Amino acid sequence: MLVIKDLHAKIEDKEILRGINLEVKPGEVHAIMGPNGAGKSTLSSVLAGNEKFEVSEGSVSFNDKELLELSPEDRAREGLFLSFQYPIEIPGVSMVNFMRTAVNEHRKYRGEDPISASEFLKLMRDKKKLVEIDSNLTNRSVNEGFSGGEKKKNEIFQMAMLEPKLAILDETDSGLDIDALRVVANGVNKLKSPERSTIVITHYQRLLDYIVPDYVHVLYKGRIVKSAGKELALELEEKGYDWIKKEFED
Amino acid sequence: MAEDQNKILDEVTGGEYKYGFYTDIEMDTIPKGLTEDVIRMISAKKNEPEYMLEFRLKAFEKWQKMEMPDWAHLNIPEIDFQDIIYYAAPKKKPQLESMDDVDPELRATFDKLGIPLDEQKILSGVAVDAVIDSVSVKTTFKETLAEKGIIFCSISEAVHEFPDLVKKYLGTVVTDSDNFFAALNSAVFTDGSFVYIPKGVRCPMELSTYFRINAMNTGQFERTLIVADDDSYVSYLEGCTAPQRDENQLHAAIVEIVANERAEVKYSTVQNWYPGDKEGKGGIYNFVTKRAICKGDYSKVSWTQVETGSAITWKYPSCILQGDHSVGEFYSVAVTNNYQQADTGTKMIHLGKNTRSLIVSKGVSAGKSQNSYRGLVKVSKRADNARNFSQCDSLLLGDRCGAHTFPYLEIANNSAKVEHEATTSKIGEDQIFYCNQRGLSTEDAVGLIVNGYVKEVINQLPMEFAVEAQKLLQISLEGSVG
Amino acid sequence: MNVACRIVNLQEEYIKLFNDQKSLLQSGAPKKMNSLRDDALKIFEEKGIPSNKVEAYKYTNLQPYFKGSLNVAFTNDAAHNDITQHFHCEVPQLNTYNVFLVNGWFSAKDSDLNLPDGVIVCSMQEAEQKAPDVFEKYYGETAPMKEDSLVAMNTAFAQDGAFIYVPKGVVLDKPIQLVNIMTGDEDRLAFQRNLIVVDENAQLKVMLCDHTMSSQRFVINTVTEVFAKENSVFDVYNVQNQHNLTTQVQGIYVHQKKNSNILTNNLTLHAGIARNNVNVTMDDDHCESHVYGLYLSDKNQHVDNSTFINHAKPDCQSFELFKGVMDDSATGAFSGRVYVAQDAQRTNAYQSNNNLLLTDNAKINSKPQLEIYADDVKCSHGATVGQLDDEAMFYLRARGINKEEGRILLMFAFAYEVIEKIRVEPLKEQIRGLVEKRFRGEFDKCDSCVVCGQPGSNASCL
Repeated sequence: MLVIKDLHAKIEDKEILRGINLEVKPGEVHAIMGPNGAGKSTLSSVLAGNEKFEVSEGSVSFNDKELLELSPEDRAREGLFLSFQYPIEIPGVSMVNFMRTAVNEHRKYRGEDPISASEFLKLMRDKKKLVEIDSNLTNRSVNEGFSGGEKKKNEIFQMAMLEPKLAILDETDSGLDIDALRVVANGVNKLKSPERSTIVITHYQRLLDYIVPDYVHVLYKGRIVKSAGKELALELEEKGYDWIKKEFED
Repeated sequence: MAEDQNKILDEVTGGEYKYGFYTDIEMDTIPKGLTEDVIRMISAKKNEPEYMLEFRLKAFEKWQKMEMPDWAHLNIPEIDFQDIIYYAAPKKKPQLESMDDVDPELRATFDKLGIPLDEQKILSGVAVDAVIDSVSVKTTFKETLAEKGIIFCSISEAVHEFPDLVKKYLGTVVTDSDNFFAALNSAVFTDGSFVYIPKGVRCPMELSTYFRINAMNTGQFERTLIVADDDSYVSYLEGCTAPQRDENQLHAAIVEIVANERAEVKYSTVQNWYPGDKEGKGGIYNFVTKRAICKGDYSKVSWTQVETGSAITWKYPSCILQGDHSVGEFYSVAVTNNYQQADTGTKMIHLGKNTRSLIVSKGVSAGKSQNSYRGLVKVSKRADNARNFSQCDSLLLGDRCGAHTFPYLEIANNSAKVEHEATTSKIGEDQIFYCNQRGLSTEDAVGLIVNGYVKEVINQLPMEFAVEAQKLLQISLEGSVG
Repeated sequence: MNVACRIVNLQEEYIKLFNDQKSLLQSGAPKKMNSLRDDALKIFEEKGIPSNKVEAYKYTNLQPYFKGSLNVAFTNDAAHNDITQHFHCEVPQLNTYNVFLVNGWFSAKDSDLNLPDGVIVCSMQEAEQKAPDVFEKYYGETAPMKEDSLVAMNTAFAQDGAFIYVPKGVVLDKPIQLVNIMTGDEDRLAFQRNLIVVDENAQLKVMLCDHTMSSQRFVINTVTEVFAKENSVFDVYNVQNQHNLTTQVQGIYVHQKKNSNILTNNLTLHAGIARNNVNVTMDDDHCESHVYGLYLSDKNQHVDNSTFINHAKPDCQSFELFKGVMDDSATGAFSGRVYVAQDAQRTNAYQSNNNLLLTDNAKINSKPQLEIYADDVKCSHGATVGQLDDEAMFYLRARGINKEEGRILLMFAFAYEVIEKIRVEPLKEQIRGLVEKRFRGEFDKCDSCVVCGQPGSNASCL
């Protein structure tokens, strides 16, 4: 589904990703962990197509398409979803308007007719239930005045609405209390299917108790320096990142 | 102990103008009035080369065709420009070899003002150019500075000794036709300071000019020119006082700053001209044109002003941001009390690409005073990615004063981001109560809150100036809280 | 009767026009109107049409637009044709009480049967008969003819317009819509003068809709005076939709008494040169005023909103918000003056102006001003100029929304803050739709001007 080969990326001449290799197959859950500044969020931004970063080398194929050649919106329509670490507040744009536009853009891309108003409302209702999001949140402007937890729940709600093939959860656990974390994780798990893959980017192991990964990768200084099964996460939690730093110091 | 305490109390609460004394020095003055002959006389007295006389006469011609501006939010009584003496100088020859040559009266004057003219006595590394009425009387640390190639002297001296620099820069930032008072100054200016910082030099000490109006019926028209060449840095301070008199006196100065590539100039003013008495009698009319041009790429000019004096202030220190990536800053505290009027602010003209400007203005009005902020942020069509942020706050102490904000935003480039914010309020009663409950008098509480309110600006001043400025604020607001 | 005149030196020809047509000007007009003409003309003679040297008109030099060959109707002949039959307002589904004016002259209205007892809607010419005391008391009392020469010009020349009176305690359940249509085969100058009095405890909502129905050059000078008495509620929505050859000076002057609550909203969807003046005087305690505006400009359009909020008395509140989107080579200006008089204690005043510049050639000048003479006040103002937020745009694109759609969503979100303030639900919905259409480019920029139904088919659409 996703094949990343020797990916290099930089921002303002500073190289952040220095040769990432990763393959994600349908249905798999990958966790990417690493200390602060390792390049975790850069990787998710680059995959989603944030123009702030410049890809200098490497390739990424997504469902046999050259991902890097697609615009951000086409990547989304191809089924790539990024749950933002810091969801953006957009005052004045209502969630309903926002989501209906997004859903219809996806449908148009697949050659389907726009969704009817009643069908859309039903879809909203169903998905809201699925991710246990408070009904009145969707009546407000996008993320405006939302608490940290509400913003993260809102990201998962949008993911449920858009039914992506690959979801990248960028530090979705940061700043969440345990109850909100459980709600978010449950939402993710309910959406799990043999075709749908997930990349969980996190600093801590806790989220991985709820979203159990098939593989754990350690990202350090722009490279994946270690890959293993879920037991690696526990090891990192126990020993911290210092031993990684020592082992792979340039 | 008790005596000390009393002294401190006296100092703090004796809120009268401290610098209102007059020194009896033998003066060389010319008759009142302004004509072409007077200008020739000034030029002759100063033994000026021909090019300066031409410069003056050209400006005078323009001035005669101009009218006094009336757009400011000020009530300016009519000024009789023929009733002013345009040249007054201490009689003793201004060419001084050592401290001993300075007129003892004059020395005493500056001692009283707390301005060190004697290099030996100075602990703080500040070089001073002292200007009394129309002429510069003493510039300290000249030799030390000369070693680094820095020129710091009176502008009269520069006219003779560095004609190339003067010709190249004088009148280029503020032209003689810029405005009524600039034209007047260009015609009659008598002295002021000249600074040149050569390429790559960081000026090792603060440079300072101290202006004092002493003689009666005279106007003061000084002119300052600062040129910072590529990669240089200088911090410059300006202070001023005048005797307490019943009649109004005119001060119309020009300051020009040129910053070349990567040069940085910091210009700080503590303006404490005599503000007039509690009934609004007397005081200085302060009409000043200050402007800097950030000529080179990555150059920076920062204006900081604390305006507490003058009966009327009309002053807009500005930056023309011509070089790409150049930066302009304006920090201002303007305090008005009794019958004072101030209309002050800045202009930030963005011409180069990626230019930035910051405006922080804090007005405090008390008594029956009127205090206005007036500012322009202009982004020209070619100034891509210009950024400006302006914060203009007003604080009102009393219900008979006024606080006004007149910002102008003129934006002709769509990559500009310009933000202006302003608030007007009074000190919260809950804040004062909280202080009272902790044992502070209301007056102290107000002082505390006002100082907190202006801190952002005061912090920009060099240390010694900051302390003086804080004291000044306290004195200016004396008796304003009931 | 129609008079053609050629204006080169402004005052000179206008004063001659006034003197030549004085008897026509005065015939049929109420006494109070005629009694102010001479003084008004004197002021106009002295000050003339403002150029950009006049501080209040710094960003809009009106002199060139008041020059050239222009026709002026000194009688109401034009108002008696059937043009109003062909007219379709862009806000049609609204249930309103309709009044039509043609070239500034009162033309037709819906039957009076629907109006509550005592409510008067008529032409200014009739007003003197129908409500002599009210007319005499209020006409010319709040429009600042001494300060603004265009008000003086209107006072000297205006002969007609609409008069509305809502008596004590009456609440109008639907808005009154004043539709002014500019039409004719010659370039034209028109004066319109409206007077609205909302008596104690009464409530009224008015829509001013200005349209052009032929492709000629039009210059319009409109003055609307509003008196909101104790406890009254008044809204005025000024919907501007005129072609590019139009110059309109639209002045709304509101005078408020105790506990009254007023709202003005200038919605400039399309105009050539538009200058909107809004003055609100809160002449009693506990008044509340809301002054809003939205301007969407493109091509070579120019919109200048100038407001003056006068807190003359204590304990009043004002809320002001103007937002603009400038596209193509459009230019815009905003100047807002908030004045708090001495002793107007416990004043709250908020003012904000935000602008989006979409192209290299668009320009905006903003001049928010606070003038405060009382100390117990909370006043703030802010102004911003910027672009659409890149981060927000990326977020939208990351959800599969394309750039153009994202742009429209964000522009709409920007504008919505002003639309939201509309206190008439159906109108809010209509305006919302219109603005969205406008951003999508679906709203033909000459919509509802019959002459140029096809986009770009007429010079005036360029």
